[in-house]
Amino acid sequence: MPAEPSAGTSGAGSTAVAATSDKRPTIGDGGLEAGLDVLSTEPVAEPGLSTRWRKRLLPPLVALVLVVVVWQLVVLAGVQPRYVLPSPLDVWYTIKERIADGSLPTAVLTSIERGGVGFVAAVLIGTPLGLLVARVRPVRTAVGPLISGLQVLPSVAWVPAAILWFGLSDATAYFVILMGAVPSIINGLVSGVDQVPPLFPRVGAVLGASRWALVRHVILPAALPGYLAGLRQGWAFSWRSLMAAEIIAIGGEMGFGLGALLQQGRDLSDMQVVMVAILAILAVGIAVELCVFAPIERGVLARRGLARAS
Amino acid sequence: MTATRTSTSAGTEGAPHVASAAPAPTSGGAPQVVSGGAVRLRGVSKAYGRGPAVLDTVDLDVAPGSFVCLLGASGCGKSTLLSLVAGLERPTVGTVEVPSSGAALMFQESALFPWLTAAGNLDLALKLRGVPRRERPAEVERLLDLVRLTGAGGKRVHELSGGMRQRVALARALGQQRSVLLMDEPFAALDAITRDVLHSELERIWRETGTTVVFVTHNVREAVRLGERVLLMSSRPGRIVREWAVDASGSRRIEDAAVAALSIEITDHLREEIRRHAR
Repeated sequence: MPAEPSAGTSGAGSTAVAATSDKRPTIGDGGLEAGLDVLSTEPVAEPGLSTRWRKRLLPPLVALVLVVVVWQLVVLAGVQPRYVLPSPLDVWYTIKERIADGSLPTAVLTSIERGGVGFVAAVLIGTPLGLLVARVRPVRTAVGPLISGLQVLPSVAWVPAAILWFGLSDATAYFVILMGAVPSIINGLVSGVDQVPPLFPRVGAVLGASRWALVRHVILPAALPGYLAGLRQGWAFSWRSLMAAEIIAIGGEMGFGLGALLQQGRDLSDMQVVMVAILAILAVGIAVELCVFAPIERGVLARRGLARAS
Repeated sequence: MTATRTSTSAGTEGAPHVASAAPAPTSGGAPQVVSGGAVRLRGVSKAYGRGPAVLDTVDLDVAPGSFVCLLGASGCGKSTLLSLVAGLERPTVGTVEVPSSGAALMFQESALFPWLTAAGNLDLALKLRGVPRRERPAEVERLLDLVRLTGAGGKRVHELSGGMRQRVALARALGQQRSVLLMDEPFAALDAITRDVLHSELERIWRETGTTVVFVTHNVREAVRLGERVLLMSSRPGRIVREWAVDASGSRRIEDAAVAALSIEITDHLREEIRRHAR
């Protein structure tokens, strides 16, 4: 095919290269490529079950045992009287007692249900708001500082206002949870969107994505790691806010949550009940982290090759 | 059928639309009809804000189905030119004409989406093109076959080698079914062996599909190995200053004496262009 001279060339002489037309094996045969592909991708060995146990489960178990041992030693040293600082075994008996009379399971379930519903509501509210703040420049300039401020404001500060507005009802708990979690979720999504490499939206544009398709298929999936970090922090804030609300707002239609159990222990000067409540709050936090957020995050990162699945 | 992107500030003969099947400018006395995958730039200049011109009155005609290599040192506006043709940016002055289907663009980095598999990336491109869900799996398979990645569709992006990623990116660009394929130094980050193989692959696919290819590179031998025409651009501002025609009818290899000889000539001109900036 003869090449046509472009109009922009300024007096360029055209030189032709005569390519050799003898039959030679072309480089791009399938076998060569298949060989290259195999050589340049290395197989990843899956760690065995025993290695996994040794590397992932053993260290936290050792730490837990150490904590209990130190606790017992402090008790044995008699630094404080037993009714102020109960031993691990005392607390264990109280846990069994409270499970038997049903008050501990009730408190745990009440709090988890409230925290869960509140968190889901916070996600449903925070996600579209986060997207709006991240993608619409004027909105971001207007409310960005306010949202960062709300994230710093301890949500306990909303408890008195919530009690005055909603009385001793579930609405109080949910309001405080939302004020704690929504700003975190918004900020997580915003920073996730900010960290999307600029190349990705360009690729989306080249592929012909509409504004909405770009958000749905490129921006949101690319921002997922940051969004997940925001959700995780949002849950932490939900749970903390809920405990604060439950400790302060007791009675009415509030029901009996872990915060109420904690407050009951304080009112009765029963340190063992206080310890049980704290351990239960801690256990729920750890369980949600280990069973919900950690696996999701690990899966997302591993799929992108950002962290090796182990 | 040609669509025109006209800049608002273009004061010259600015007809906003060019009639479909417009006759091509007479070149070498032989009139041609612009069809399918023709690209035409007329007096195109581009500056960012109040800064100096990146491109200065560039005129370029790319015939349908041809393979054009744009060659130049850093700052010659090669990538800007591709962005203009791809419609990602608009010229400050002048007109850019591309086929109504637009142009596909392939980047230096694979730019595959890491949250999708190889097949998922192809599927998304087809989805954004508007291909119905039922037809997509077969089309994805066809594209993977085309770049010789049959069976690798389930692999995640991070599990693919650099060469495999660029082949998936090529398949994705081809899946857009645009008559023009723009390539922005697509093989620059690859090792020499892989690059050689991909040169052959690209040549084969170009002949099979009849796509118009505009290939930007700073590698002279690569340009001579691949192109039918090699255009040399000057830097700051970017202009097209020289052109060479290459006989692409037979089989070429990057080691060929003819390729080397022309590469030396072009390299001398390129160096002269670069030297001008030292003064």
